[in-house]
Parts: sequence; structure tokens; C-alpha cells
Amino acid sequence: MKNHIISIRDFTRREIDYLLEKAGAFDTRSYDRHALDDKLIALLFFEPSTRTRMSFETAMARLGGKSISVDSVEASSIVKGETLADTIRVVSGYADAIVLRHPKEGAARLASEFASVPVINAGDGAGQHPSQTLLDLYTIRQSMPLDGINVGMLGDLRYGRTAHSLAHALSLYGAALHTIAPPGLELPANILHDLRDRGMEVIQHEDVSDVINELDVLYVTRIQRERFPDSASFYNVTSSYRITPELLGGVQEHLLILHPLPRSGEIDAAVDRLPYARYFEQSKNGVPVRMALLHEVMQ
Amino acid sequence: MTEESQPIRGLLISPIRSGTVIDHITAGEALNVLKILGITGSTTESISVATNVASHRMGRKDIVKIENRELRKEEVDRIALIAPQAKINIIREYRVFEKKGVEIPKILRGVVRCPNPGCITNTNEPVESTFEVLDKGLHCLYCDWWIKTDIASHII
Ligand SMILES: [Zn+2]
Repeated sequence: MKNHIISIRDFTRREIDYLLEKAGAFDTRSYDRHALDDKLIALLFFEPSTRTRMSFETAMARLGGKSISVDSVEASSIVKGETLADTIRVVSGYADAIVLRHPKEGAARLASEFASVPVINAGDGAGQHPSQTLLDLYTIRQSMPLDGINVGMLGDLRYGRTAHSLAHALSLYGAALHTIAPPGLELPANILHDLRDRGMEVIQHEDVSDVINELDVLYVTRIQRERFPDSASFYNVTSSYRITPELLGGVQEHLLILHPLPRSGEIDAAVDRLPYARYFEQSKNGVPVRMALLHEVMQ
Repeated sequence: MTEESQPIRGLLISPIRSGTVIDHITAGEALNVLKILGITGSTTESISVATNVASHRMGRKDIVKIENRELRKEEVDRIALIAPQAKINIIREYRVFEKKGVEIPKILRGVVRCPNPGCITNTNEPVESTFEVLDKGLHCLYCDWWIKTDIASHII
């Protein structure tokens, strides 16, 4: 298996299946609570992501290990003028693994080249965030096999890195992808071509109601205000892409609605009570998935 | 030796005593080749450039001759990117001492700059840009961006 967890693109389908199985084993009452006793991870967060950081801290604590962490404000003042490469070499001397969040794409790959301990990428800019992709897959797999499913992706598919990584991973399972994005926020052409080159069926839709009744999974991503010139156009777009109970009248019984969270109005709160809503479960699944990753690189 | 690689005496471009003749450059790319070699108006080397020369094999081609200079591997790799059919002739005492083609390496390190402003290779980190060379183009191994067109403009 891998020393470092940098990008979902580094993994074969077999390796992904192995990690998801492993996460499943930590998602029971009978796992070894001392599996990582005496181990220490360093959480280096060069940009804020409280949720991801708490999830890794929780995962480490549940395995008996300890965390030291540096938040974004501290990180920027501590390492003023120092290269990431030097910081990584220094922190490698303190901890048994490094969890890195950084605003530059490729930062985790670089860190893995300078670290003498394993590096786990917790998001590098608009780049990769493999633990998010694995927990997305894990959540789907709890309800259905990943093979050949119909997955809809709705929202900002241009900048939404979680959508890109998940689409890549699903291409390994023969899933079909249905995209629904506002004008200007469509899946970038190079990603579209790459997925099709991999044999994935990708179908673009203008309106989610055209396809929602065929979907097994609907993956909703956040549409950010700063992508729009003014509040009015943002409001127009978000209101026409919002998921509401009315829209879900004829969907398949087993439909899963996922969202990497935090959400900002893409899913009506009334949907939370429906059986399709799985985003909070998805978020919770970050813990066993990250337990599996931490255990994998440090065992 | 083919007729094409014979020096064309006196006419377009004169023979050199020692140095390098880069022949079979894709027509129109000679000036980019000079750019890759760091040759500007203020450098001291004696250079001859011929562009759009008739060629049996290529229709039209460019030729660059540089007196008293042999090329480093990094320079040849860069030339390969924009002129994959180029032939490098090393000249010593008016004779072709060595003749070789160019080959695009599988991995390019420090040869092209990543077009992604957010890429870690565009920072002060001690790391060289690294691209894998695939049929579809050049792929950044750090940020996954692609360079598919106008490769010459990305050459460092
Ligand atoms: Zn890059």
C-alpha cells in the first residue's frame, strides 16, 4: 500500500476498495482503540478548515494516538519566510505522520518529497482532497455497490474539486455521470475529456428535473457567492438549482443526496427530514475513513 | 551524408569551422530555438539562421548554425519539444563530427513553467517544475494541469 496519501489519482480501484473495507472495520464497536497508542500526528493547516481538522483529530484520538496542530494563523506567522519544504523537514522530526492543508496545488506532493514520515493531503488549494473522496465513496457504498451507478453532480462543477476527484474515482467503477451546472460553472473541458477517455459516460443536463428520477446518487456542491458579479445573479442561480422536497416526488426509493458541506442554501432544510438526505452521515463517515488512512500509513 | 545536410556554401548560410548546426527544424521555429539557447541580439556567438528552406523531407524547414558552441542536454530536450524532427550536427574542423536526432524525454524537469498560477512549482519552494510527456500534451505532476498548445511559450 501507499506511504503517502496525496491524490485519489494515485490509487487503483483495488487500493480504494481495500481502504474502504478498512474504514468499515473501524466503523464498528469492536475496533482496537489502542491501535495507534504512542503515535503522534502533526496537523499543519496553512488555511482554515476547522471541520477537516477536527475530523482528523477525532480519528487519531479514537485510535489512541495524539495530535499536535498548528492553525492557519499560527502557521503563517511561524513559518514566515520559511519554505514549506523546510517546515516539513523540521516537523518530520516531531511527529509520526503529517496531515497537511495548504493553499497551493501540489503542496502535498512536494511535502511528501521532503518528509521523512508519511504525509496525508487534507486539501491543497483547488487540487486534491483524497480523504473527502474516500468518505464520499464510503457513504455511497454503505447503501449500494459502486459499480455502474447513475450519479448526478449538481452545482459548481468548475471549481468544485471534490466533484472532480469523486468523478475520477467513480470512473474506475463504471459509473455514469450526469452533470447539472449553472452557465459558466460547468465541468472544465479537460476534465470532461479525461473522464470520457477513461470510458465514463458523461451526460450534461440543463435542468436537474430532467434526470433526477433516474439517479442513484445526487451529489450537490456549494455554489459560492464570489463566482457571480452581483447578488441578484447569484440569487437567481441558487434559487433555480435548489433541491426542494417538491423536486423529489418521483425519485428512486434508494436515492442518496450527498453534499461535502458546509452548504449555503443549495439544499432546502425541509429535505433534511427525507430518507434521501445523507449529508450528515457522510460528514460523520469522515472519521472512520480518516482512521483507516492514519492507521494505514502509521501501523 | 544527405544532400540536405551539406553546407550550402556561400549562398544562404556559410559553413562553420566548429560548433553546431541544428537542421530540420520545424519551419517557423528557428527563432524559438534561438530563444531556448538564450541567444539574443546582445550575445557574442556568431549565428546564422535560415528559415523556410526547401526540404525534400519536410517541404520547408529552418536551420540554425552556431559557431563555437555545443549544446547541453537540457537545451536539446527543449528543442525537441518544438522541433521533434530536428537533427543536431556537431561540427569540428568543418566536418560533421557527430549527428544525432532529438528525443522528447518522458519526464521534463525544469524545462517548462506550469501555467497554473496556484501551482506549488510557481513559488519559492526548492522544486523544479515536473511534467510527464503524454500524447495529449504535457501534464504537471504537482497540480495536474495540462499544456496542450503553444508549448514554446511555456519553455523556461
Ligand atoms: Zn503545476
